[in-house]
This record gives sequence, C-alpha cells and structure tokens, in this order.
Amino acid sequence: MGQIYFIFSMSETTVSEANNGNDSRASDISEATIRLAGNSQDGIQSIGGFLARLAGRREREVMTMMTIPSTISGGASIFQVRLGSGEVLSPGDKANVLFAFYQHSYDNHVNNLTKGGILVYDSDHVEPCEEWLTKYRHIGIAISSLTVEAIGGTARDKGKNIYALGLIAGMFSLDTTKLERLINERFGGKGESIVKTAMDAFQAGCRYQSGDISNLFRLARGGAERSNQVVMSGNEAIGYGLIAAGVRFGAGYPITPWSDIMELLRRELPKYGGSFIQCEDEIASVSMAIGASYGGHVAVTGSSGPGISLKTEAIGWAVMAEMPLVVIDVQRGGPSTGLPTDVEQSDLNIALYGGHGDSPRVVLAASDVEDCFYTAIEAVNIARKFSVPVFVLSDQAIATRIEAFNEPDLKTICKDVELDLSPVPSHKPYDLSSGDGLSQHRAPGTRIEDGRYPVVTGLEHDESGHPSGDAVNHIAMTKKRRNKLKTLADELPVPEVYGADSGDVLLVGWGSTKGPLLEAVEELSNNGDALSALHIKHINPLPNGLDAIFSRFNSVYVVEMNDGGVYGYGQLAGVLRARFADARIKGINKTAARRWKVSEIIERVKASRAEEPVTA
Amino acid sequence: MSDSATIEQSSQDAGERQPVTKKEITADTPTWCPGCGDFSVLSIYYKLIQKRNIPHESVTTVAGIGCSSRFPYFVQAHGVHYIHGRALSFASGLSISRPDLHVFTFGGDGDAFSIGGNHFVHTARKNVKMTYVVMDNFVYGLTKKQTSPTSPIGFKSKTDNWGALDQPVNPMKLAISAGATFVARTSHTNPKHLLEMMDAAMDHDGFSFIECLSECTEFFAGAFDSSNPRKGGEFKLMPEDHDPTDEAAAYAVAGEDFPGRFGIFYQVQRPTKNALETGVIEAAQSKFKGQQAHDILQANFNKMK
Repeated sequence: MGQIYFIFSMSETTVSEANNGNDSRASDISEATIRLAGNSQDGIQSIGGFLARLAGRREREVMTMMTIPSTISGGASIFQVRLGSGEVLSPGDKANVLFAFYQHSYDNHVNNLTKGGILVYDSDHVEPCEEWLTKYRHIGIAISSLTVEAIGGTARDKGKNIYALGLIAGMFSLDTTKLERLINERFGGKGESIVKTAMDAFQAGCRYQSGDISNLFRLARGGAERSNQVVMSGNEAIGYGLIAAGVRFGAGYPITPWSDIMELLRRELPKYGGSFIQCEDEIASVSMAIGASYGGHVAVTGSSGPGISLKTEAIGWAVMAEMPLVVIDVQRGGPSTGLPTDVEQSDLNIALYGGHGDSPRVVLAASDVEDCFYTAIEAVNIARKFSVPVFVLSDQAIATRIEAFNEPDLKTICKDVELDLSPVPSHKPYDLSSGDGLSQHRAPGTRIEDGRYPVVTGLEHDESGHPSGDAVNHIAMTKKRRNKLKTLADELPVPEVYGADSGDVLLVGWGSTKGPLLEAVEELSNNGDALSALHIKHINPLPNGLDAIFSRFNSVYVVEMNDGGVYGYGQLAGVLRARFADARIKGINKTAARRWKVSEIIERVKASRAEEPVTA
Repeated sequence: MSDSATIEQSSQDAGERQPVTKKEITADTPTWCPGCGDFSVLSIYYKLIQKRNIPHESVTTVAGIGCSSRFPYFVQAHGVHYIHGRALSFASGLSISRPDLHVFTFGGDGDAFSIGGNHFVHTARKNVKMTYVVMDNFVYGLTKKQTSPTSPIGFKSKTDNWGALDQPVNPMKLAISAGATFVARTSHTNPKHLLEMMDAAMDHDGFSFIECLSECTEFFAGAFDSSNPRKGGEFKLMPEDHDPTDEAAAYAVAGEDFPGRFGIFYQVQRPTKNALETGVIEAAQSKFKGQQAHDILQANFNKMK
C-alpha cells in the first residue's frame, strides 16, 4: 500500500491552484460530462458501457459518444459519457472531467475540458504541462502501476479500465453494489478468475481514498418517476427494431460502422427462425435481401458509404419491380473511403437519388438511439405496405452512442409475420386500378387460380409484369411508383416545432443533429433570444405542411453535417429549396468530421444573421 | 424460416389436381431469333416441370440479363427478371428463406462468368440449393456480337475485329474449383441428354450447375458443330469409367480440347447452405422452445436494463 500513499502525496502536489479554496466536494450536480481518452485496446468503451448501464438502472438519462479509430488497435480512442438527471439531449460539448491515460490523450483532449474542469491523468504515462496546470484542476494517479498492484502479475494495461471505473465510482458517489453486479454479469461467462481480477481492479479503484477525488460529486436523482429504461447503442436499437418489426432475413458485408448491426442480426435472427447471411460483396447482399423479400419475408440489407454506392443498381430494381426492402445506411465521412470512423450526414443525396432513372424510394432518418429503434420498425412497416425500398439513415454519432430510453412495450410492438401463401383468384403485380399507386406482392408458392402468374422485373412492364415499351404505359407506371409516395406523405404527421411556433429564426435539422438543435433552442431562449427548431424524420416523401411552418419565420436555417456545396446549402437544404422554391432557406453546414456542438450552432446562426439585412 | 412444406408434400395434396399442361405453363412467345439454341432449353424446362409434376405455383424461375435471361417471360409461372449478373444472389436469398421451393436460375455466359463471376464462385462455395443452367453461346448476343468470357481465342467480334485475345473461362474447371457439388455439361442439340442432366440436377441436394451449349445462330453460327453429329461432329459422353466424385479426374476431363465431353463431370454431397443455416436456427431455437418473439426479445432487453 506504500505506493498508494506515495502516489497520494504526489497527486497533492499536482492539484492546480485554480481550484484551491474552491472546494466542490460532494456538491450536488444535475449532470456531468466525463471524457475518457486512451487507446482503442484499453477497453475505454466498456467503462462507458458500464456507466451508461448504471445510469439507466438509476433512472437517470445518459448519453455517450465514442470515437474509434479505423485502425484495428493501437490508435487513439475516446469515450464521452454525459450523465444527467434531466433529459439529456446531446453528448455534451465539453467535459467536466477528463481521464487521460497517455500523453497524447492529455495533449489532444485538454481543450475539451470546461473552465476549471478536473483532469485525472495516469502519472505513469503523462507529464502535465505547466500552462495547463494553472487552468485545470490536475489529479495525477499512477493508474497503470496501481492496477498491476491490485490484480497482481505483470499483465500490463489489462484491467486499467476497470480500475478507472472504480475511481469514477468513488468520485461521483456511484452505486458500487450495482456496478459490481454489472461487472459480474459482464465477466461471469468468462470464468471465475476473470471475474475476480476485474473485481479486484474495481475495488482497488473505489478504495483509492485521496482527499482529492473521493465523493467529489453526487448526481441528483431524476425528478419524475420514470418507467423502466433500457440502455443500448444506436446500432443495437436498429437491429432490435428490425427484429421487433418481424424482419427474419438479412444479408450484408462488413463495413464500419454498419458491421455491428449485421453481427447482431447474424447472432439474434436464428432465435426467431430467421437468418442473416454474410455475402461475398455488397451487391450480393442487397440482391439476397431482395430475393428473400420476393420470397415473402421483408428483408434488410445495410452498409455505410461505399457499400451503399455499390448497392444502388439493385435498389433501383427494387423500386422498379416494387419489392419491399429495408436499407440501413450508417453514414460515415465521404466521399470514397473518406473518414470511416467519423460522423457526417453526406449520404442523404445517395439515399434519395442513388441510381439511374426516376426511382422514387422512401428515406427516413433516425435522430437518437431510441428513435433508431422506432425508425427501424416504421421502415419495415412502410416497406411492407407500400412494396418499396425504404432507407434508414443513421450516422456514426448515433451508431456507437449508448443511451437510456423508456423500455418499449414489446408485447404490443413485436410482430411475427406469417408467410401468406393463400391462393388468390387472379393477381396483377402492377395493378393500376387503385390510383393510389399501391399494389401487393404475391410470393412464389401462391396459387393464382386463373393460371396467369406474375413476373417481377426491372424492365418497364405492363400490369402483369410483362415487358412493355409503350409510352402511355411507361407514363402510367412511372406515375404509379411516384403516387405511392404521395399516398404515404398524406399519412405522415406534421413535425412539431420546438420553441415558439413563429418568430425570427427557425433551425431545421435531420438525423443526429436533433439533440444539439434542441439544446441550442433551450440555451438561447434562456438568454432571451427567440429561436425555434424543426426536426425532419421523413425526408422522402416530406410530410405535408412544412411550408406553413416555414412561412411563420423570417429565416430558415438548415443545420447539417455536410458540405454547403457550390451554392451554399447542404443536402437537405437543397431538397427543401427545390420543394418550396423558398430562397429564405439557407444552410449552416460543417464537415469537420465531428458532431455539432451547441455553441457552434449558436455562433453560426448569429454570424449569419449579422450578415443579412433584417427583414420586416 | 418457418416454412416446412416441401415441393413433394405440396404435390401430394395436389393429388386431385391435374398435372400442369404444356399449354398452361407456356406464356409469351419467345423473342429469340429463329434457330436459337435457347428454344430447346425452354421446351426441356416445360418437359421437366411436367415430368416432375411440380405444382404450378411452385415453379419459380429467376434470371439475370441477356438473351437467355428473357426466359421467365416465356414460362407461365412465378418469375423474376433481375439485374445483370446478380441472379444467383437473388436466387440464393430466395432459396435460403424459402426451403419449400426448388429455385431454377437461368442465364448466359456473360451473366455467369463475367459480370456475375464473383457470385458464381460464392454460390458454388456456399452450396446454396438451386439449379443453375447457363446457356453458353460464347458471345454477347443481346448487345449484338461482342467478345464474351467464353469466346474462343481468335473469335472475331465487334470488340475484337482481329479475333478474341483473352483466354476463355472454362466453366467446368471454374465450377469444380469453386466448390460446386454438381457440375454437368450438355448441349441444346441433344434434348434427351439435356433433360437427363436437368432431372439429375433437380435431384441433387445442393448447388447444381449445368453448362448447356446453346448456339447463337445470329452472331456465332456453327460454333458447336463439332459436338453435333448431325453437323458431322461427335457428342462425346464422359468416359465410361469416370468417377464423378473424383475431383482430379473431373478436372482432367474438363481440360480436354473443344468440344470436350458431356455429362456429369463432378458430383459430391456436402451440406447445403440451406441445411447449415437451418441447423443454426434449430440450435438457437432449442433454447427458446414455445416462446414468442416478444418473449425472446424481452429476455435481451432485460439484460440491457
């Protein structure tokens, strides 16, 4: 134990003066943002996972963010967790506490600390910088050597994450009994000695009783009674949403950050009598999925960036042949191989327009982890009802983020769809009679009693699926495929405006920008500036009634993580400008491969407002 | 997937139903040129459906793009005309998710060995249960005479006015090395042999591949005369002592000079992708006997609280 005392005294000397006399011990706080920075093999994500799960169990909202490098191991990795007792909307701009495991973690992330934030560093690896010592409260702990001492042996760098978890538990007065139970659950399957090692590391971390760090904070409990919460990542939420909606077949090819979803489906679908097939390439994946959809089970494929490009021809076929299909696109930075592990919202155009010819398809975008679950379900239902490919756009920011949300009522949500092969008197796969564009697919095995069987095809076709080059027919079929989406648009809810219903500025967003947008609205209204926000989930078709909303504001800014392009507006802004011919729709864009920070949005709006003359 | 019915079972309940007639199974008039070898494959397919008494609604025909891939329009049954080169992937998704169907996939040499070459290799390797008939005419016909992956060196096409330069694909060798479990070769000029091969292919539990030489009278007339006794050639069957489970022997026969041999080059039993996936499903489901989807999902969600 001598070493601990030694370290203790050392950490005393590294406490910055900035916080002297400003004792924040055991202060009650409503939220805290903790960033852990290390290398990808350190198991940093699992610390985040434990905290997220604990927070979920403690009826607290939690939101985390993770950055993984595209290299297999050895690269920098961070995990940021924001624990809050109110509703947590975004992973937090800046951290209150930074855990730096290496010098590079320290150097690169110190700027992300709030003023007067706490910097816990591994004194075995990090040499603090003079300049920062005065700005932030420094606590040096020999995390590496203390871990080795706690668990014995020389297994360098193993168990450090669990030791750090113990430190955090101590700092934030977290429920150690529950954390121990979570550690047991996590490592229980791996043998007793593993559990013991983890537990030793955790308890040593908790026991690290220095006057500096124990019981610094106490997170207030959530105000209102909450129902049970579940904690998962966005990718998990999409996978489970698909299963809940009755998807029993999928096919895919590995690519970051989509792979988690295919791994989950490969593991889980057999329990429900389904299969997920890993294919030789992206084209085979989408084709297998369409083949299964043709067989009568609405199927899923998915990918990220480059993989979506490869699938476009087949998706065009599914539009033409009117086959149900769900395509998950977990967006990453593009174009080409781009930034495989960074966030960007630059695949909206390919989702909307990818492919040759006029090929209308449905595009939905999920806004947070909970929404991933429900958007996946909605996508399956739309694909089934409208016999059309449905894109679900997620992005790297939601994919790996862990959030707690109210437990869905699975009993009412879950579907186990039986294959319907009941005979029909006659069948036209491309029936034009209804006018709403809808027609139904009949899977092989369905007896057509009049003996006239359907061919589904990518050639322009007549109502029974036989090739037709007739211009009048082509016009009618093009209209049919387009009218389906109009019929869908009529069913969509008008999105809700956050903040005042009318006013000066309306921010418009889609996908994972929702959290930062809503926080921006809150933050500005606290300062007396009116600002409202609108988040669009259904991008194709757009819901009706957006023009009425836009008309109540002087300016409309579309906030996106993609390039403003040649003409100064991003991909959704382009869609909205084309749809409403409204030049007041402007873009606020960024491609910095990081999610929007609330402060950035506010600054950019202010800057843009300053440039324009105030309209009456 | 939960469908347990098989073609055989459904044909039993079809006991009162008359077998499907040629008239009933015939659809659009084929768009092929007069004398095209594909006519022969189509009429043998009708014969097979009648001979095997496949219920009308279970006849499922998938094709890609090419002259031969027009096939499904000419069959009055559930049919799919998919995109170029990817018919096998489509058919795999259908086959794995619908074990009650026997999926037939038809295509040409461009579809199979050029744009769809990767899928050919992997469908063979995975041993997905289906029958794949490649109508090989050694030329791109639909696009009017370009060099195909099976065009012989020296074949004068619009993309090789001076004669094809590249080594052609040997479909038998490709299939054997890729891991296909049924590899056969036939020709449109010998309908009896063609039916025999298709019959055997349908009996095979796995990926059954047939290369059927099918002459393009428009752009490569006479290409297969040397295998046609009526044109002075010889239709040489496999050596009598050939053991179809002997991979090396099959490979050696596949290396014979054109027109080579006809018959089953290679046939072995290996678990199909369909059976392997069913095994995975059965193992996974044994732990959740009698539970509904929401129970199984709830168990997962309980671990995430």
